[in-house]
Amino acid sequence: MSQKVLLPSRKVFSDVLFELAKKDKEIIVLTSDSRGSASVENFAKYLPEQFIDVGIAEQNLVSIASGLAGCGKKPFVFSPACFLTTRSIEQIKIDVAYTNRNVKLIGVSGGVSYGPLGSTHHALEDIAFMRAIPNMTVVLPSDTNQVRVLVEKLILYTGPVYVRIGRNPIEEVYSSENIQFEIGKGNILLDGDEVTIIATGEMVKTAYDAGILLRSKGIYARVVDMHTIKPIDEELIIESAKKTKFIVTIEEHNIRGGLGSAVAEVTAQNFPVKMIILGIPDEFSITGSQKEILEYYGLTSENICGAILRELKEG
Amino acid sequence: MEDIRYLENKAREIRRTIVEMIYKARSGHIGGSLSSVDILVALYYKVLKINPKNPNWPDRDRFILSKGHSVEGYYAILADLGFIEKKELETYCKFNSRLTGHPTVKLPGVEANTGSLGHGLSIGVGMALAGKMDAKEYKVYVLMGDGEQAEGSIWEAGMSASHYRLDNLVGIIDRNRLQIGGSTESVMSLEDLSDKWKAFGWSVVETDGHNIKELLDVLENIPITPGKPTLIIAHTVKGKGVSFIENKAEWHHRIPTDEEFAKMMEELS
Ligand SMILES: [Mg+2]
Repeated sequence: MSQKVLLPSRKVFSDVLFELAKKDKEIIVLTSDSRGSASVENFAKYLPEQFIDVGIAEQNLVSIASGLAGCGKKPFVFSPACFLTTRSIEQIKIDVAYTNRNVKLIGVSGGVSYGPLGSTHHALEDIAFMRAIPNMTVVLPSDTNQVRVLVEKLILYTGPVYVRIGRNPIEEVYSSENIQFEIGKGNILLDGDEVTIIATGEMVKTAYDAGILLRSKGIYARVVDMHTIKPIDEELIIESAKKTKFIVTIEEHNIRGGLGSAVAEVTAQNFPVKMIILGIPDEFSITGSQKEILEYYGLTSENICGAILRELKEG
Repeated sequence: MEDIRYLENKAREIRRTIVEMIYKARSGHIGGSLSSVDILVALYYKVLKINPKNPNWPDRDRFILSKGHSVEGYYAILADLGFIEKKELETYCKFNSRLTGHPTVKLPGVEANTGSLGHGLSIGVGMALAGKMDAKEYKVYVLMGDGEQAEGSIWEAGMSASHYRLDNLVGIIDRNRLQIGGSTESVMSLEDLSDKWKAFGWSVVETDGHNIKELLDVLENIPITPGKPTLIIAHTVKGKGVSFIENKAEWHHRIPTDEEFAKMMEELS
């Protein structure tokens, strides 16, 4: 791999959207005093007529977006995932989803990106909340190359979508030339028939590394990037359940209600298999850097690898 | 004057429909629906630029019923104007009806799904902003309850509307001084409501919310102050038109008995 400067998803998301917005005046960016954390300063500076900062008022933020969408605008709402999906959840449920408006909700600094700031700033329940709302699509891109394609797809997709991205620069999963991405279709990154590892968002790289590590030990794992949690790729989950001995899921989210639960809903009703659900336990997370927190809870490629080896031995 | 008499008769007719709908459905919010009728009639029969044959006409005025529970009069008017068929009113609150206890955009003419209080004004801010962005002439009207004024999100919306100088936005408060638990001032004091809205940068007008002429004098002269959103405090009586339920908090959503229904219809004939 060439030495590249790693970028955070939020920066790439904003840059791609900015280029599209220059050509499409209906694209409107909204934030709640989060232009810095969302990396949308370019809009404020160069496209002020397509930029709305409502101040620290997340409820108003989401309802205004609904009103704009009701008049044919294409609003993109940027706010830290922790506030966007909890402070304004009723506005999301009613004004966006129930009314079925074309609003894109971008939760930035998701998971434990804001590590040291504590649980007020962690978003570890956003997937559970958002996927329980009808009409809502939920996407967690895994790297900046996928983000580039995702933004273009979002413009073409009409309807409510929640996208969670992180804060920190991330390693690439895909090369920029070779990127397949379709909302609702998981990607197989590595194939194998011993075990399936399904990951989402910025844990995909970790899952991929675990797959490589297992290969070095002669164990062939299927590794899936499940970027869309809703609608989830049921076909791929069922096929994986049939093909491999068990399924491991990994997510930067509470183990209740997130990716693991979404996958289990499919396997339990179609082809029950043993599952190991890895994520943040059901507690208010310890604080530290994102990396330290993930390590503390065992969300590392070595640990995934270890869990799989144990299960293969005992199972 | 002819005009006003016509509108007053229309309001009486809508009140009868409201009482009938609630009586038949055994569901609804009678008090607040009756207090809102004259405001709705002034808007829908005189002020709003809308087209029942083309409900999504991009240049139309927008109306949002933020107090979504006062839905019966709203439906009655949408049916009377031809957005929906009058016959459909019989399905109100029945199984799988489009006429739910709170309005949704499934129904032609409805601009927002409301029912949870405190959302409508923010949605209206979004629609008014879109109008300004597109240099459109349309206006956005949002009818709120007075009990609803305790919702914090209303004040987020209020702050932003004046910040963005949305003089194409009109907030109307159905100031009937009651909410489900009693008088607004005993549950959570609102006064001085006018001063509060003025402090938020709105142009505030107080009117008699049952005097259609007075309502029109305000509604036909928007914006009151160029550059500022307009807030109308419409002083009303909860249960207006039926003497024995007027100003009674328990009639927020009580369902009339057979005897009460007969008396109501007699008073409204
Ligand atoms: Mg009231």
